[in-house]
Amino acid sequence: MLRLPRLEYLRPKTVEEAAHAMAASGGRAMFIAGGTDLVPNLKRRQFDVSTLISLNSIERGPEVEGDARTGMTIQASETLDEIANHRMVLAGYRALAQACGAVSTPQIRHMGTLGGNLLVDPRCNYYNQTYAWRKAVGFCMKKDGDICLVARSSPRCWAVSSSDSAPVALALKAEVTLRGTDGTRRIPADDLYRDDGINYLTKGPDEIVIALHLPPTKLRMTSAYWKLRRRPAFDFPILGVAVALNWDAGVVTEARGALGAVGSHPVDITLSLQPLVGQRPDENLVAELAQASDKRSRPLDNTDLDHYWRKRMTKVYVERALRDACGFEPLGGRLSAHLKQSASA
Amino acid sequence: MADELAVVGHSLTKPDAFAKVSGLTKFADDLALPRMLFGRILRSPLPHARILSVDTTRAQALPGVLAVLTGEDLPIKFGILPVSQDEEALAGEKVRYVGDPVAAVAATDEWIADEALDLIDVQFKELPRYMSIEEAIAGGEEPIHGKSNVHKAVALEFNDTEDAMAAAYHVREDVVFFEGNTHLPMEQHAALAQYSQDGKLTLWTSSQTPHYVHRALGKVLELPMSRIRVIATPNGGGFGGKSDIFAHELVAAKLAVRTGRPVKITLTREEVFYAHRGRHPVLMKVKSGYRRDGTITAMQFQSFLDGGAYGSYGVASTYYTGALQTATYAIPRYKFEGVRLFTNKPPCGPKRGHGTPQPRFALEIHLDKVAEELGIDPVDLRLRNLSSENSRTVNWLRITSCGLKACIEKVVEQSRFRERRTALPPGRGLGFAVSSYLTGAGTAIYWNDMPHSEVQLKLDRNGGVALLCGAIDIGQGSDHILAAIVAEVLGVRLEDIQLTTADTDLTPIDLGSYSSRVTFMAGNAAKAAAEKARARLFAVAAVALQCDVDDLDARDRQIFRRDRPAEAVPFMQAVRLAEAENGVVAASGSYTPPKLAGPYKGSGVGPSPAYSFSAAVVEVDVDVKTGEVRVPEVWVAHDIGRAINPVLVVGQVEGSVYMALGEALMEEQTFRLGLHKCPSLLDYKSPTALETPIMHTYLVETIDPEGPFGAKEAGQGPLLPVIPAVANAVYNAVGVRIDEVPITPEKVLKAMSEKSKRVGPRSVPAFAFPAAINADVPDEWKGR
Repeated sequence: MLRLPRLEYLRPKTVEEAAHAMAASGGRAMFIAGGTDLVPNLKRRQFDVSTLISLNSIERGPEVEGDARTGMTIQASETLDEIANHRMVLAGYRALAQACGAVSTPQIRHMGTLGGNLLVDPRCNYYNQTYAWRKAVGFCMKKDGDICLVARSSPRCWAVSSSDSAPVALALKAEVTLRGTDGTRRIPADDLYRDDGINYLTKGPDEIVIALHLPPTKLRMTSAYWKLRRRPAFDFPILGVAVALNWDAGVVTEARGALGAVGSHPVDITLSLQPLVGQRPDENLVAELAQASDKRSRPLDNTDLDHYWRKRMTKVYVERALRDACGFEPLGGRLSAHLKQSASA
Repeated sequence: MADELAVVGHSLTKPDAFAKVSGLTKFADDLALPRMLFGRILRSPLPHARILSVDTTRAQALPGVLAVLTGEDLPIKFGILPVSQDEEALAGEKVRYVGDPVAAVAATDEWIADEALDLIDVQFKELPRYMSIEEAIAGGEEPIHGKSNVHKAVALEFNDTEDAMAAAYHVREDVVFFEGNTHLPMEQHAALAQYSQDGKLTLWTSSQTPHYVHRALGKVLELPMSRIRVIATPNGGGFGGKSDIFAHELVAAKLAVRTGRPVKITLTREEVFYAHRGRHPVLMKVKSGYRRDGTITAMQFQSFLDGGAYGSYGVASTYYTGALQTATYAIPRYKFEGVRLFTNKPPCGPKRGHGTPQPRFALEIHLDKVAEELGIDPVDLRLRNLSSENSRTVNWLRITSCGLKACIEKVVEQSRFRERRTALPPGRGLGFAVSSYLTGAGTAIYWNDMPHSEVQLKLDRNGGVALLCGAIDIGQGSDHILAAIVAEVLGVRLEDIQLTTADTDLTPIDLGSYSSRVTFMAGNAAKAAAEKARARLFAVAAVALQCDVDDLDARDRQIFRRDRPAEAVPFMQAVRLAEAENGVVAASGSYTPPKLAGPYKGSGVGPSPAYSFSAAVVEVDVDVKTGEVRVPEVWVAHDIGRAINPVLVVGQVEGSVYMALGEALMEEQTFRLGLHKCPSLLDYKSPTALETPIMHTYLVETIDPEGPFGAKEAGQGPLLPVIPAVANAVYNAVGVRIDEVPITPEKVLKAMSEKSKRVGPRSVPAFAFPAAINADVPDEWKGR
């Protein structure tokens, strides 16, 4: 079988200790929580590290605090499965529960954490391959090489942001707390990401994502996450659509949205949703809006399925997510119960 | 024999079930021997290149490395078919696909072995690559093998077809493509070799064909076969993918000989994709002519197989793409032209249905279109042309039992196909198709006059029965079938049978678990052996019960008088009496298929002692906005002859449906920049439990005259009709023809927006097939 590289495994007891261990590693260490993405990537030698710093022995407080009225704080170490099934998350921030519940398989959701999913290494089917494969094709700039194999003249890496929770964090206007050797800071989730397949995060190497903060809801908020992928039981997103609408007596007061897996960062589409604000949206308005929602969706040929088709699907999935958030039958009665069941799994 | 069967026909728990579910089963990679080394194979990074030099100096010097091999160490070529001895365990002069083995190491652990691979310096000169059927036909300065990329071209004609086409009321032609895909067994291939100081080699391997591996080891390692023992380990999935001889088996053996220590090689998942031998991509052209009433008058079929880099089973695969069209339909005039091309991709070979799912896909969607053009219901069109039992096809296939009509009636009725097909809402559709498959190839892979299957029994004075057979259970349940047949004949219980299988030192020959042959052939051998053993027991029991042997029956560990069942000799007592009288109570049985090949060259592929038949109705649910196709429900009826264990048969049918849906909707072995695009379990898309539909399986029993207790095959046939039924259902749902698999959402959406309402190939490349052999046809087809 593919073997992990020989590694030193550290188990710090505090965040500070972990941050200092990272700062001292000279870039040769990585944090590990669930490890569900890290371990296979290490087997394929996608990272050159000699040390793993486990975050699993760190003392933690309550994993989920608060509710939709007060705002909610979820520790980054909470498992995806817990969030997907958390009553208060489902009640107040449904899109987040949907996104966490849509990550991979039940086994992975029981191991994988919210922090790990927010920070998941951008994917590309020229990059998520074994060392021997990458060597045979000619290494790409994300690891061991100097060109982008999906866009050969590109000066930058086009690996795909493949987090399900990240676009939801943007749509929900969430914030994250980071703690490193220089202290603690709290930033909007949007500010965590950069549009680059290699340097895709703004956080310092020694900074650890501690928690995700969801803002309080004034009156009523609805949200939805729709994920496109070949197999609902398993796959990474090849398109994710997160939308959140605030309501006052049937009128939309705020509309936010973000796309996943159509670029190297979660892509904010809030602007294209603004025509909803001040409206009592009907099915026609939603359909009209969706038609204009794919401008910032720029998939390339480096994931599963055809990228022109993925671009075309943006409108379809934005419409479905919006219908979902507006309380309309999301599939418009077009499909059988069987499909609905698998789509919402 | 009792009127009612006690074991056969009952859904009993199979012998390996408890070990499998409790984790006791030792698969090849679970094995470990003292002082064992780990082998690793360095593979080509280029699709086509000449090897200029291989420098292993640095690898040899690495502490922990005990041996390094290159092509020079294993120069003798091999291949599964005697006519295709074109493979090397490690490439000598040339590499022909990314993943082709070049060198190998044995080291004390896998980390050192990996490191050593990185220290082997290979210099290549890259050659032009041929990555498709079209590129292979176009050719270039250096073909992959020999003087041309054409591996095999064949042409056969049974009665003149051109005249019939000209005279037909209706003629239709279709061009169809079936993309390649792979077996995806859960267990990766693994082999462990041990070489003792007295020169005896033992190889434990995850294989469907230990006998052929045995022969290849003898040839390539130049050891007498009597000094080689091959043990096929419990198999975690084959589907045809472990029925070849693989480089890692030969390399592990050579490394063990070289080091004097046991060596294990387990392929990584990526390497399994390179070992491949999976479904050939096939481009096909089918043309057929009809009378006004829908009777087929003639058919012409062309196939272009993208073979990958080596021969493998390819010659047989080529013939198979033209062999079984006539098994389901009475086609009076038939012409087949086939060509297999070498390409710079992992070699293709046999996957469940070997060479027949592709033409079945083409044929069944073709007939769906013909039915529409003629204004005939697609079911009626099939019924009008069905082949019949106890008949011979124009290309000499002998059909004994045939339950195809009953299969069709069952699925059509149960799915309410006729009523619902025209009444479903937009996006929903039903599709229908039928098929046939062989129950064991009528000819062996290498020419010989010996039996294809042999079984030995030894009856123990304490009531046990030892059953020895070369067959390997690959999960299909062949161990159960052998045990059930013997238990039935001897009148003992299933748990009284102790199996020893697939060990070339101990077990008599079975050619292997391929071509759906084990139940029929090894089953008949087991039945013959058991009947001989029973005769010895009945002889002594008749004396004890003072009756004639013909008055006796055996059941539930008793041999009793049929007219006075209370008068009985216990089985164990009968064994003791027989042993006291004549020594060891042992018996053997064997099975040789009848000579069935027709009087023409190429007639060895297609004949089988019996054919299974299947019919399927598939329901689809198409998302008209995305083009995604979901399959909520499938109905399959399968003519099994007799179900020796109904639960196992249903398992084979359901497994076939699952695999077929993967091929129909998502699986594809595709290449980019000369490399396999997605050699991993995550990125090679295969369905999960969530995509698996509700399946309704109906077993049709026709009690084949030559099958053991009337049984035929179940492992492959039920896959065949499902794939075209999906395509036909998509047409019924949204009115588009997707004339190629996989039927991906972008293809459906594209077809929906195109004027032609179709996605698929438009033509076949120009290729000069050889002049067709005008074969003699059976008398009943002369002049028709």
